[in-house]
Amino acid sequence: MSAIAAPPVVSLSGVRKRFNEGMPNETEVLHGIDLVVAPGEFTSLIGPSGSGKSTLLNLLGLLDRPSAGEYRLKGVPIGDSSDDDRTRARLDTLGFVFQFHHLLPEFSALENVMLPGLMREGVFTRANRANAADLLSAVGLSDAFDKRPGELSGGMQQRVAIARALALAPDLVLADEPTGNLDTHSADEAFALLRRFNAERGCAFIIVTHDPRLAARCDRVIELRDGLIEHDGPVTRSAPSS
Amino acid sequence: MRFESIVAWRFLREGGLQTVLIVVGAALGISFIVFITGFMGELQRDIVQRTLGVQPHVTIKPLEEIARPLRREGDPADAAQVLSEVQPRGQRLRSVDQWQAAVARLRENAEVRAISPLAAGPGLVTRGDSNKSLTIVGIVAEPYAAVTRLDQKLVAGRLKVDPGDVLLGRDLAEDLGVGIGDTVRLSTPSSTGDTYRVRGIFDLGAKNLNQLYAYVGLPTAQALHALPGGVTSIEVTVTDLWEAERVAADLSRSVPHLVESWIHTNRQLMVALSNQTLMTRMIRFTFGLVVAIGVASVLMVAVVQKTREIGILRAMGTSRGRVLRVFLLQGALIGLIGSVLGCAVGYTLARIMSGLLTSADGSRLFNAHVDLPLYLYTMLGAIALGVVAAWLPARRAARLDPAQAIRM
Ligand SMILES: Nc1ncnc2c1ncn2[C@@H]1O[C@H](COP(=O)(O)OP(=O)(O)OP(=O)(O)O)[C@@H](O)[C@H]1O
Ligand SMILES: [Mg+2]
Repeated sequence: MSAIAAPPVVSLSGVRKRFNEGMPNETEVLHGIDLVVAPGEFTSLIGPSGSGKSTLLNLLGLLDRPSAGEYRLKGVPIGDSSDDDRTRARLDTLGFVFQFHHLLPEFSALENVMLPGLMREGVFTRANRANAADLLSAVGLSDAFDKRPGELSGGMQQRVAIARALALAPDLVLADEPTGNLDTHSADEAFALLRRFNAERGCAFIIVTHDPRLAARCDRVIELRDGLIEHDGPVTRSAPSS
Repeated sequence: MRFESIVAWRFLREGGLQTVLIVVGAALGISFIVFITGFMGELQRDIVQRTLGVQPHVTIKPLEEIARPLRREGDPADAAQVLSEVQPRGQRLRSVDQWQAAVARLRENAEVRAISPLAAGPGLVTRGDSNKSLTIVGIVAEPYAAVTRLDQKLVAGRLKVDPGDVLLGRDLAEDLGVGIGDTVRLSTPSSTGDTYRVRGIFDLGAKNLNQLYAYVGLPTAQALHALPGGVTSIEVTVTDLWEAERVAADLSRSVPHLVESWIHTNRQLMVALSNQTLMTRMIRFTFGLVVAIGVASVLMVAVVQKTREIGILRAMGTSRGRVLRVFLLQGALIGLIGSVLGCAVGYTLARIMSGLLTSADGSRLFNAHVDLPLYLYTMLGAIALGVVAAWLPARRAARLDPAQAIRM
């Protein structure tokens, strides 16, 4: 077997982010980030408020462009690509889970999970429906297919959002405080789902969290402070989990 | 486009009261446009038909019939003098040269619907002691009816112009005191004439017209006017009344005669009608503009309301072009639904108005009818209008920065 290692899912070198460039209120939020995430890694991103976690996640998610440095997504430089190419890359390789779930209220739970497939294929297909149904069942919502987001609790909505993030089997799921808006029980449930999908489907996760308890349950912790990576390393577990 | 249409439709459907209000607003505006267009069209056609009486859309006459001044070369100062030298035309009638050939050429034009040759000239109608001068017109019944709808204007008797038959106008018949079956004497400058039996009495809608014409068969008129085998003019109906001038220009290239449209001979009427048309257009334009501004503002609000959702769609991999099309499609959908409802309401409005408005003789001023081409154009126009109105909101939606939209 040839041993060509798969390229890292993301690799950042010397990435800086300045807001309001060229204006009097210009500020640099990220001061040179070097970061490599391998396929299937389960990483948390922690740090005090204002340290630049969301800014970094938006850069990784191709929602914003770095002001300097290089970003390679699956080995391909993507920092300067056209908006359409970056949009396509988001659809094909990335999944998002946000703090305020951001489901589309006009669509049912099942349809929300089918949306990424609809975007890729242009039509609702049978396979798309089956895949969405599988995912919703996997997050424990087999009774809620036809419910609108408004009819679901916060924890259920976040589980729908997690299912949707995984709909097209992304290489990397980016989650910005996915449990920040949930009670402890729902937060644990949602986090357990992320872990399970990581184990079952092998996609990498980068999870921004303020909860040290959850960070401790990741494989790797990246800590940001004032726009720089202060600490990056594996989590040392005191007791093996289950 | 499937993704775009699914999302656009959902956004609209779930827009609730906002969607209902803009669709109803658009429908009302469009219904008025439909109504005013159909109404004015019918009204103008009615006015023209009443004014024209038996005037055809297009008339072909011998070129020589108009007396032309012989201009002296390059001496405009002499114009007044030249005018005075024009001799009044003689009384003799001229026939359209080789008129059968001309009829054949006219028939080749696809926009010509009916052709009626006729022989008309001055004459005198006598009944006992009273006599009236009028125009004696020789016609062939069917084509003449096709051109002028004289058959529909008969108030008594039949459209029958065999040898020995004559048709008179209502007022003339009253003046002479004759009815169906009575006889009158017709004579002309070139013939002492004969007696004819009244077979039909017509009403052209105006007293002077009803006193002006007596209809006889073409051969009879040819004999009376001393025009053996000849016709004084050929009358033509074209498919579109309003295109008569253009068709006349086409026809004048194919026959070596004078070709005139009703538009040319009724300049005043046309000026009045086109002013009316201009007003109608302005009203329609204003209503269209109001509808467009309504659609634009509602969609603008929708874009602001849906900022987060647009952000999440963009993050999930929806391109700018798709977001743009989602909102353009919403404009198109509002236009489509609004125009379908608007056409239905406009038709109902026309039905109601046609019951309310009657002309002097009690007949309906216009008839409401299902005008499919009008509805089709209205729908296409409304869809285009919706897309144009949606342009600014759609562009704004497409340009939203996803990172910022999601942070909201
Ligand atoms: N669009 C922007 N324009 C200007 N400044 C910005 C912008 N976005 C973020 N910032 C600034 O960048 C810094 C980092 O913000 P960021 O949201 O990345 O922090 P964070 O680590 O996610 O904080 P939190 O834990 O509160 O979410 C903050 O000082 C913020 O004010
Ligand atoms: Mg943040």
